[in-house]
Amino acid sequence: MASYRDLLTRIKAEIDEIGAADARERAASSEPPLFLDVREREEWEEGFVPGALHVPRGQLESRIEGLLPDRSREVVVYCAGGSRSAFAAKSLGELGYENVTSLTGGFTDWKRNGFDVETPRTLSPQQRARYSRHLLIPEVGEAGQQRLLASRVLLIGAGGLGSPASLYLAAAGVGTIGIVDADVVDDSNLQRQIVHSTERLGEAKVLSAKRTLEALNPDVDVKTYEERLTSENVERILGDGWDVIVDGADNFPTRYLVNDASVWHDIPVVHGSIYRFEGQVTVFEPHAGPCYRCLFPTPPPPELAPSCAEGGVLGVLPGIVGSLQASEALKVLLGIGETLQGRLLLIDALATSFDEVSVKRDPACPVCGESPTITEYVDYVEFCQAAGRGVGA
Amino acid sequence: MTAVRIPPTLRAEVGGERQVEAEGDDVRGVLEDLTARFPALASQLFDDGELAPFVNVYLGGEDVRTLDGLDTAVNGQAIILLPAMAGGS
Repeated sequence: MASYRDLLTRIKAEIDEIGAADARERAASSEPPLFLDVREREEWEEGFVPGALHVPRGQLESRIEGLLPDRSREVVVYCAGGSRSAFAAKSLGELGYENVTSLTGGFTDWKRNGFDVETPRTLSPQQRARYSRHLLIPEVGEAGQQRLLASRVLLIGAGGLGSPASLYLAAAGVGTIGIVDADVVDDSNLQRQIVHSTERLGEAKVLSAKRTLEALNPDVDVKTYEERLTSENVERILGDGWDVIVDGADNFPTRYLVNDASVWHDIPVVHGSIYRFEGQVTVFEPHAGPCYRCLFPTPPPPELAPSCAEGGVLGVLPGIVGSLQASEALKVLLGIGETLQGRLLLIDALATSFDEVSVKRDPACPVCGESPTITEYVDYVEFCQAAGRGVGA
Repeated sequence: MTAVRIPPTLRAEVGGERQVEAEGDDVRGVLEDLTARFPALASQLFDDGELAPFVNVYLGGEDVRTLDGLDTAVNGQAIILLPAMAGGS
């Protein structure tokens, strides 16, 4: 069995390396390479090579194709000392990137040479005022607020759950919010979908939400996807790079699609669902905890799972559930507290009761288990219909 | 007696109750007592005598599939029946 050192030596022999001085020369050339920083976020926040793209090592393989489709582009990949970047360079080579070098000595050596370093911008006086209540909390503070401003959250649905979740995430200063929704604002939405308003009737929900959120907080960039999430567009949308997904979908096929994609892309999902007076909230952290299929391996038949359009929902219930989703998303982004990972919170607004049940990883899970049997997108509508007929999955 | 929490989608089958009491030594016994009194529940909970795959049953907050399934002995703790809900809009 090879030791770590043996492995590193072998990997380094299989990749190209570049020293700090040469890398800086390339950076100053007429066709500068892309610097790719594979360190963790805490390391990045303390400074990076100017113009570098940041993708933590653990997310490199799943995110790089979306962020860097051009495989012929010259890439200098770096970490703190040159080891993680060696492994990253090896992976990039295997993914077909043709012109990749690993920075020997990493960012430490770059800095030691006195080369230019960019540090994330500090908060403006306006931001200090806007986020002052966050800055006062030790768990958030300036570093946490900077982190939120650099964070990217994708919301599935701009409806009942997406409305409060997006409003609070935008108010909190989550810098980039993506919203996927194909619907337009309808009269029957306004009893609960508070990101929209009467004057927006007939307007695309993603555009209505964008207007509301950007008016609430100009720090936020809202990316709109006026489409239904499907097996065909999910890779393109996730390829834009997201730290957390907030799932407020209104149907089972989308729920299972979001789950499978999130497991394969290693993106945490904050799950919420609602019906009449009752809600469910949990957090799925791929590979660290259970996924949606561990919790609900099989969707119920239609008569057991009416939608809110069929069965109704108390207007404020999504306000409670969606706000909890926003709170969980902020905790995941900040890496603080105990999330609902491994716990399903059950809310009953009629009894005003909160219960929780435990959710465990299923070793036999077809997607995140030990021997996955589902490894690519399936026809999710067909999958849910088959389950509904009792055929099973 | 074991308290069984009924999800909103199954309440019509038990006369609208949010919670009902049922008797039995294990989960199967409790659920069978329930379906004997509310026959419409049977097809929603059982599939060929086994727990239907789309219903989660929790005893004391633990999924009975991670315990002894329908043979899990009840111990005074409440049972929660829980199908997945998809609603979000």
